[in-house]
Amino acid sequence: MSTTLILIQVLNGLQLGVILFLIAAGLTLVFGVMGFINLAHGVQYMVGAYLAYWGYGVTGSFVLALLMALPLALVMGLILEFLIFRHLYDRDHLSQVLATFGVILFLNQLAKVVFGPASLSVPPPAFLDFSFTLVDGLLYPAYRIAVIVAGLLVAFVLWLVITRTRIGMLIRAGATNPDMVSALGVNVRLLFMVVFGFGAMLAGFAGVMAAPIFSVEPGMGDNLLIVAFVVIIIGGAGSIRGAFVAALLVGLVDTLGRTLVTDGLRLIMDASAANQIGPAIASMLIYVLMALVLFWRPEGLFAARAAR
Amino acid sequence: MNKLALTLASSLLGLASMATAEVKVGMIVTLSGPPAALGQQVVDGFQLAIDDLDGKLGGQAATVIVEDDELKPEVALSKANSLVESEQADFVVGTVFSNMLQAVFRPVTESETFLISPNAGPSTFAGRNCNPYFFVTSYQNNQNAEVMGAHAQAAGFKKVFMIAPNYQAGRDNMEGFRMHYEGEIVDEVYVPLGHQDYSAEIARIATSGADAVFAFTPGGMGVRFVRQFRDSGLADKVQFMSVFTTDETTLPAQKDAAEGFLAAGNWAPDTATDESTAFVAAFEAKYGYVPGGYAMQAYDAAMLINSAVEAVGGDLSDKDAVRAALKAAEFTSLRGDFAFNTNHYPIQDFYQLSVTEREDGAWVTSVGEKIFEGYEDSFAAECSM
Repeated sequence: MSTTLILIQVLNGLQLGVILFLIAAGLTLVFGVMGFINLAHGVQYMVGAYLAYWGYGVTGSFVLALLMALPLALVMGLILEFLIFRHLYDRDHLSQVLATFGVILFLNQLAKVVFGPASLSVPPPAFLDFSFTLVDGLLYPAYRIAVIVAGLLVAFVLWLVITRTRIGMLIRAGATNPDMVSALGVNVRLLFMVVFGFGAMLAGFAGVMAAPIFSVEPGMGDNLLIVAFVVIIIGGAGSIRGAFVAALLVGLVDTLGRTLVTDGLRLIMDASAANQIGPAIASMLIYVLMALVLFWRPEGLFAARAAR
Repeated sequence: MNKLALTLASSLLGLASMATAEVKVGMIVTLSGPPAALGQQVVDGFQLAIDDLDGKLGGQAATVIVEDDELKPEVALSKANSLVESEQADFVVGTVFSNMLQAVFRPVTESETFLISPNAGPSTFAGRNCNPYFFVTSYQNNQNAEVMGAHAQAAGFKKVFMIAPNYQAGRDNMEGFRMHYEGEIVDEVYVPLGHQDYSAEIARIATSGADAVFAFTPGGMGVRFVRQFRDSGLADKVQFMSVFTTDETTLPAQKDAAEGFLAAGNWAPDTATDESTAFVAAFEAKYGYVPGGYAMQAYDAAMLINSAVEAVGGDLSDKDAVRAALKAAEFTSLRGDFAFNTNHYPIQDFYQLSVTEREDGAWVTSVGEKIFEGYEDSFAAECSM
């Protein structure tokens, strides 16, 4: 029994990890490169999911919905950047937190007004609508595997862009020393805008991928945002590599912890007490992990600004 | 958003009639966040009743003030205070969630205003803390789970796996299920509120040897759990039973994933009384979605107020007379037989419900076997009123 369970939990952990990575990748760049705290980043995930729902309603095809949702999520990110965020880069963090929190409230409410408050669903694409048999009678949907593969592919492409292209070099330089990059004549505003737009698109992509597994509802990104911040703190602000490692780590610790802590407690106490205490401890694990990482490496695992 | 005063057009018509008084109803429901769908059902169900009564309650012009508690106790409390103090509401109708009811209960009942709950029916106010100013038109919260457990026992399920979120209502519903179920509970799993991914729990179910699962996963949790359960292929081997998980607020997203799943309740849209059939048709024509139990219970709450105001001839100053008139419940409930117990919670029939597709393609719950007739909650005996 437990090997099956652990295998499933590892797959789930990877799946949560890649979704977290897609959200955290944009967040860590925006935070690392611009020093900008964007609480509204989780909302981009919700926007992606709603765009998928809308696109599916219009076209009847998940793939077309995905293709429509990505540029729209990008445009949405650019609009937010143009209208709101670019006026906040030079302000202090408190103003940024207040303004971006306002964006969360506004967009959550807008989603409710446009699509209604109820949870919505999007079916997976037809060609992935089959399952693998794990044990007798228990199936694991192929779509979930596809999410993991797609997430890893995006991570690979992102790694290529960051390490092998000029724009990636500028982003890395910007994360390490933005003042110098600006002094060398790079249009930092434009760089910020590109980073911002693609960050929003990645979060939107995560939302599209998550829509067929989870439910589409207002405020769906809010909880993930907190975990995404944990990821970038563990990984080190501004580091894509750190975000990747930390996202998988957090995803695995969170999902495996939920099973193992309760089962472990059952060995030392009776079942009903374990059922009470287990879930409470399991939900704390990622924060304990964050505290431990901060204790040993205050800058995170892969600090981009190690020089400071 | 805060205040949405619906003064009804028919108050103009009042000029022609002899109406001198008016009945003011304050409503506190949840209209923010994902659970807003439930609050919307309550508002729409109540409003439909007022429309059916030509904008009047008991022959008096009716005003309904709708307030959103935002699912925050402190907001609910301040809205309740403003309804009874500044608005001088004659009746307060609310709430959807039990923890919101806890917040508004004292200020409303202590001001000697009648509080009528269209949904929340916590055990706390059913027993020793029952209150002469508090009435419930829904059920006592544990009852649906009790009914589900009784059905599991009668249907002969040997091993049941239970799953619920890790908070008070989750534990209450598991307790409720155990009340009439005597088979083996192979495991009980608590997940965090708002849990996203159920595949680990589903793997546990698959390896536990259970022949049925009992779930209390309300709202979006239920949408995710039901769809993931269906995708896992377990639905063909393990019977899915639940409360507050497959209802008219979640079925539009669950659709065929919930087909054949069992639930328990006091009513379903296909309840075969003339009043209920007319209600469902009128509701769908007006609001464009299928009413659930929340809307039905709100409609009944309005009809209850209507019957009481009529019985006292519009004189709401004699509280004892109004209470007696409410207690009598001289109205035709959409669910059929309805009476108040000594604790002002309903005595009513409960049914096993199952999820089916209606001819027009809408996914709904459908009334099955009657499990209990004239079922009372188990706390009424502790109430001395």
